[in-house]
Amino acid sequence: MSGETTIRVDYLARVEGEGALHVRYDQNGVREVRLEIFEPPRFFEALLRGRNALEAPDITARICGICPVAYQMSAVHAVEAALEVQVPEEIRRLRRLLYCGEWIESHVLHVAMLHAPDFFELPSAVELARLQPAVVRDALALKKAGNAIVALLGGREIHPINVRVGGFWRLPRAGELAELARSLPAARERAEALVHFAASLEPPPFPRPKPYLFVALRHEEEYPMCGGVLSTSDGRSFDPGQFEDHFLEHQVPHSNALHCLLEGREPYLVGPLARFHLNFAKLAPTARALAEAVGARPPRPNPFGSILVRALEVLHAVETAQEILADYRQPAVAAVPLAAKAGRGAAITEAPRGILYHRYDLDEKGRILEAKIVPPTSQNQRTIEEDLRFLLDGLLGEDSDLVRRRCEQAIRNHDPCISCATHFLRLDLERVEEVP
Amino acid sequence: MAQRKPRLAVFKFTSCDGCQLSLLDCEDELLAVAERVEIAHFLEASSRVLPGPYDIGLVEGSISTPAQVEEIRRVREACRLLVTIGACATAGGIQALRNAADVAEYQRLIYPAPEQIRALERSTPVADHVAVDFELRGCPIDKGQLMELLSALLNRRCPRLARHAVCVECKARGAVCLAVAGGGPCMGPVTQAGCGALCPAHGRPCYGCFGPKENANVDALVHWWRHVQGVERAQIAAQLQNFNAAAAAFEDAARRLEGEK
Repeated sequence: MSGETTIRVDYLARVEGEGALHVRYDQNGVREVRLEIFEPPRFFEALLRGRNALEAPDITARICGICPVAYQMSAVHAVEAALEVQVPEEIRRLRRLLYCGEWIESHVLHVAMLHAPDFFELPSAVELARLQPAVVRDALALKKAGNAIVALLGGREIHPINVRVGGFWRLPRAGELAELARSLPAARERAEALVHFAASLEPPPFPRPKPYLFVALRHEEEYPMCGGVLSTSDGRSFDPGQFEDHFLEHQVPHSNALHCLLEGREPYLVGPLARFHLNFAKLAPTARALAEAVGARPPRPNPFGSILVRALEVLHAVETAQEILADYRQPAVAAVPLAAKAGRGAAITEAPRGILYHRYDLDEKGRILEAKIVPPTSQNQRTIEEDLRFLLDGLLGEDSDLVRRRCEQAIRNHDPCISCATHFLRLDLERVEEVP
Repeated sequence: MAQRKPRLAVFKFTSCDGCQLSLLDCEDELLAVAERVEIAHFLEASSRVLPGPYDIGLVEGSISTPAQVEEIRRVREACRLLVTIGACATAGGIQALRNAADVAEYQRLIYPAPEQIRALERSTPVADHVAVDFELRGCPIDKGQLMELLSALLNRRCPRLARHAVCVECKARGAVCLAVAGGGPCMGPVTQAGCGALCPAHGRPCYGCFGPKENANVDALVHWWRHVQGVERAQIAAQLQNFNAAAAAFEDAARRLEGEK
């Protein structure tokens, strides 16, 4: 092959949001990899200024229709920290239950409908449903079970209306929770089947010369969702309130999303692989036992295998939801009373795609003076570009269709949510043969 | 000869992806829908993209960049029926809050090099740019309404979509009227139905995410809040200026409220 090859994919499919990939290489190696995010900016942090902090959960939910619960959870925890209120344990448990619903719904969407078709070289889950009808039907039923949790606790699946700073608008009724609990054993069976399906898929080999730097929350008792200490795979730990001292955002010319680097220079990875690596021992018992049984212990450095980790997290979330329901005690009040005061509050929760940071500065009337939001995808962007660089090094002589497919898949490995990161992904894979 | 399946296309402009996700959230109906239509363009769900023309185009998102002004015209030309879905496409979305602000200032607040960011001064509904055949309201849209719309279009009948106020749905489900019972400034009387009175049924005043109903008398409601219920002006302004901020009825009422100061 002579000259330089440019691979360009204008609209990356099966990701959430709009983006592109631009790759340029020649026989000597990769010259340039750019993950371009052209999702139009929506200026959330600016339009939050002057709004009442109690509106933050509803407004920030609109950053992402796939993981609105994550935005609501980070927002309520951050505003509660600013107002110096603590919610009772019973409220916290209901929030975790709601979050389990979103993990199930979001992960199953990605595993079965966005990511799995790659392993069969199919364009979508519709074609996969003809090849593997039971897998797709079961996955849809499982996704529905996750959505049912979100709808019960949140009022509806997308942009829930029942979450508020201090708690909920209305507590679920005992009968509604009992009905939900009765539906979960079937969901658990389907989640186990999904793990077996994911374990049966052969990930393409990907020897990454540089190990990932994982970042996730760690909690004393729980596989992390709400609460915990920010931890890295090389042994550093930070209080969530120190996030901005160590995790620095940069603007790059090719993206409407800001890149975030640890200590301003180190790319890192958040999300299921990071959580799994740092918290394996805290997985719910069945999920952990099944992980061992299918040989999925950390370290699992191959990102093409992240589909299995996501499936295991689905099982974990179903199991956790069952545990929460089994020990359910009704909170004394739906929401704790709040009083406006000036202050600053920050919080991190584990969105399905990884840590989501919110920080609010409030005035004495409880209005937002300044808001800062760092979503998981902008944190992963640099690491995804690194993945592509390493991947391409091993594919240089290959047919450009294969290169393109593999690159798209490598991006989907991390389930990027581009709506979040700018708050789509165009993949630029263009082959230009230059005659010397 | 078998009849050709209608071709469905889904397009995204400035939005959160939630409304198109509503289609994937129709877990019980999705595979049946996929049998009845050819999914010709739906980037969030499929990497197979077929060229137009399309029979039904669902458009999510508002028009907020110079490139989108051009793109929506191409989408209109490619679609026999064009349906806008959700508050962004029908009313500019939450990002239309910038319409009353200085966008250059917003860019400076968020991006260190704002000159690299291309955004229009205003985030506007699709109908401001091209003709729209149907619209589904809501932030997000309601799955039931989406299925009704698709089913109606596939069966060549007119979709049955409510145009009345949320209040009617509230009465139908027997929820306590928050506007009367002192539960706070409820947008139900001026908001189009479709959600099933979700917020009031949770003890929460409606925040208007389905946008204004036909002939909404927003001024009368604002007057009632201010002079009978004693709601603060800032709270009223916030109710009018959220997910449907660029819907004319809400935008005009907010402007008049501002003018009264």
